[in-house]
Amino acid sequence: MEMTGAQILLESLRREDVEVIFGYPGAVLIDIYDELPKTPLRHILVRHEQAAVHAADAYARASGKVGVVLVTSGPGATNTVTGIASAFMDSVPLVVLTGQVPTAVIGNDAFQEVDIVGITRPCTKHNYLVKDIERLTTVLKEAFHLAATGRPGPVLVDLPKDVLTSRTEFHYPRKVNLRSYRPNTEAHVGQVRKAVDRLLKFRRPVIYAGGGVIHSGAHREVKVLAEKLSIPVTTTLMGLGGFPGDHPLWLGMLGMHGTYQANMAVAACDLLVAIGARFDDRVTGKVDAFCPDAEIIHIDIDPTSIKKNVSVDVPIVADCRNALIKILAVIEEAEQEGRLADPSGLRQKWLERIETWRQTHPLRYEQAQEGPIKPQYVVEEIYRLTKDKAIITTEVGQNQMWAAQYYHFTQPRTFITSGGLGAMGFGLPAAIGAQVAHPKKTVIDIAGDGSIQMNIQELATAVENNLPVKVAILNNRFLGMVRQWQQLFYDKRYSCTSMTGAPDFVKLAEAYGAVGLRAEKPSEVTPVLEKALAIDRPVVMDFLVDREECVYPMVPAGASMTQMLLA
Amino acid sequence: MTENQIERRTISVLVDNEPGVLSRVTGLFSGRGFNIENLSVGETLDPSISRITLVTSGSPAIIEQIIKQLRKLVNVIKVVDLTHTEFVEREMLLVKVKAEAGARAEVLRIADIFRCKVVDVSPRSFSIEVTGAEGKIKAVLDLLGPIGIEEIVRTGKVAMARSKK
Repeated sequence: MEMTGAQILLESLRREDVEVIFGYPGAVLIDIYDELPKTPLRHILVRHEQAAVHAADAYARASGKVGVVLVTSGPGATNTVTGIASAFMDSVPLVVLTGQVPTAVIGNDAFQEVDIVGITRPCTKHNYLVKDIERLTTVLKEAFHLAATGRPGPVLVDLPKDVLTSRTEFHYPRKVNLRSYRPNTEAHVGQVRKAVDRLLKFRRPVIYAGGGVIHSGAHREVKVLAEKLSIPVTTTLMGLGGFPGDHPLWLGMLGMHGTYQANMAVAACDLLVAIGARFDDRVTGKVDAFCPDAEIIHIDIDPTSIKKNVSVDVPIVADCRNALIKILAVIEEAEQEGRLADPSGLRQKWLERIETWRQTHPLRYEQAQEGPIKPQYVVEEIYRLTKDKAIITTEVGQNQMWAAQYYHFTQPRTFITSGGLGAMGFGLPAAIGAQVAHPKKTVIDIAGDGSIQMNIQELATAVENNLPVKVAILNNRFLGMVRQWQQLFYDKRYSCTSMTGAPDFVKLAEAYGAVGLRAEKPSEVTPVLEKALAIDRPVVMDFLVDREECVYPMVPAGASMTQMLLA
Repeated sequence: MTENQIERRTISVLVDNEPGVLSRVTGLFSGRGFNIENLSVGETLDPSISRITLVTSGSPAIIEQIIKQLRKLVNVIKVVDLTHTEFVEREMLLVKVKAEAGARAEVLRIADIFRCKVVDVSPRSFSIEVTGAEGKIKAVLDLLGPIGIEEIVRTGKVAMARSKK
């Protein structure tokens, strides 16, 4: 059947099982928006294109599907760049569809023209400019395939206006034919055996899991491996939820704001098992001092992640879950041959040493009854009231670190944050995306007063679409994380970090048609949270917290991970 | 990484012959702080494939990253590090040399010794075409330098693995 490019696009999305588009119309997209109501596709109209990408990002992470964004040419496209870069750093599968001026005027500096393929080349997994309607379905098929397979990532497809209005027969390809793209998903058997030899032999192992565990759905296998061989587990920020946060083998997050026991255990281990993690500088600190005595097993689907920052003894290029299934099978053999002789006995001393670290330097803060509200207390109360039932998104900065430290995630895909890029303004649109994926779940954005103002206009999106997201602002009237650095390393010169000109967030929420609540004293925290959680509408909670609270532990940038400032 | 010795490598990259592919490759180098010392591009026997030959330098760890990052590009079909295989390499140089009355014979003699071609003549200069491996190009430039070079234009390097004997 002959169809227009716009119709072909929407029909292709249906074939890819897309249910929701996060978007914003514009001149060159009118043909698509004209067809949209005739399809079963749901469209969430955001208030800024950056938010569309963050929302699609969180939708993808919460659901495990590919997130889809639709924006217009020029400024619509450039506004997506921060969102795309964030999704790229965090390996989130997205297809971003941008309108483009007609092919005949591309390159003429036409109205709302921008070379978005050129601009996003370094922050997409791949991108396309579709110049010929005959290529449209092939490109879309490839885009969805590239986004979701291998190391996932955002793929951008630029759609000139005339391609959307011209007509052709619709044929959707059944298979992708990319001669140069074949990600290796199966682990090499020899490498698996080498890894198992070490897993059985070494006495002080640590599992260091990252976002790859969540993406590949390897959380069960990580748990089995840890329990079978009594291996303590730490995760990166992106890996939170990949291992139960209430498990006896759980060390907490590692890195710049990691727990004392996690950083000490990694520094002292003799075997580091990295699974779907990439040795980011916020994790390793000074690279030479990072697990100096350890052999490293590194499982990752992306060969470029291996040996990028540290040298590795047993590299395994594979999907994390596939690799772990093979590793567990070989361990099973060893068990049946009796070679697994009392592994917990072997490792008892190691676990005892870790327990000492845990008890001497736990995460701590003091909430005085009459003193200012401690931000950590708010997060702990959110955890107590919603554990196992909520999806938490965050903004970026102190709020993000306190959420990571004090909310104990037990399920994958329940913690959604802009990890690699650290894009402020992520949390509210992310909460919207997660709520679209899980309409019945409680979704809470743990926010700061700085970050929330970067995309606060999305309250309108939440209200309009009846998405009952909850925003908990840890309001210290500072850009808290930068202020913390100024306090610790710049002699308290708080240059341009005091934000006393913030709006009244309660009134602002009400102006948008949401509910606004405020807590000024510790005794008001729990009632405000309970009230908010009982309301089936968007709620903004303004917690006026201690202005100069710091996130501890903290490893100064570039220092070794054992050089933690503890208070 | 412990090994920090800088090595020069000649890398051959087969890519889809499509608009924008070269900028994906060069953008990868500039974005990640890698070095391109020289580069040439041309179509292969299969018109849907182009070959990029490039010379880069870095520690072994950096070179490994460069090769892996190149392989990760969706439009890159094959990456071969030619450095440790037997290969033939050629580069072309056009050089305009000052050749006043007294020096004309000397310039022609040098051109002859290196089997160069004179491609343009004027009363005061010769333009000479030199083809060869990097060492030969350097030798010619070293000899012509004292006589007076007015301008040079160089192609990037092209390289091909030798057939198995």
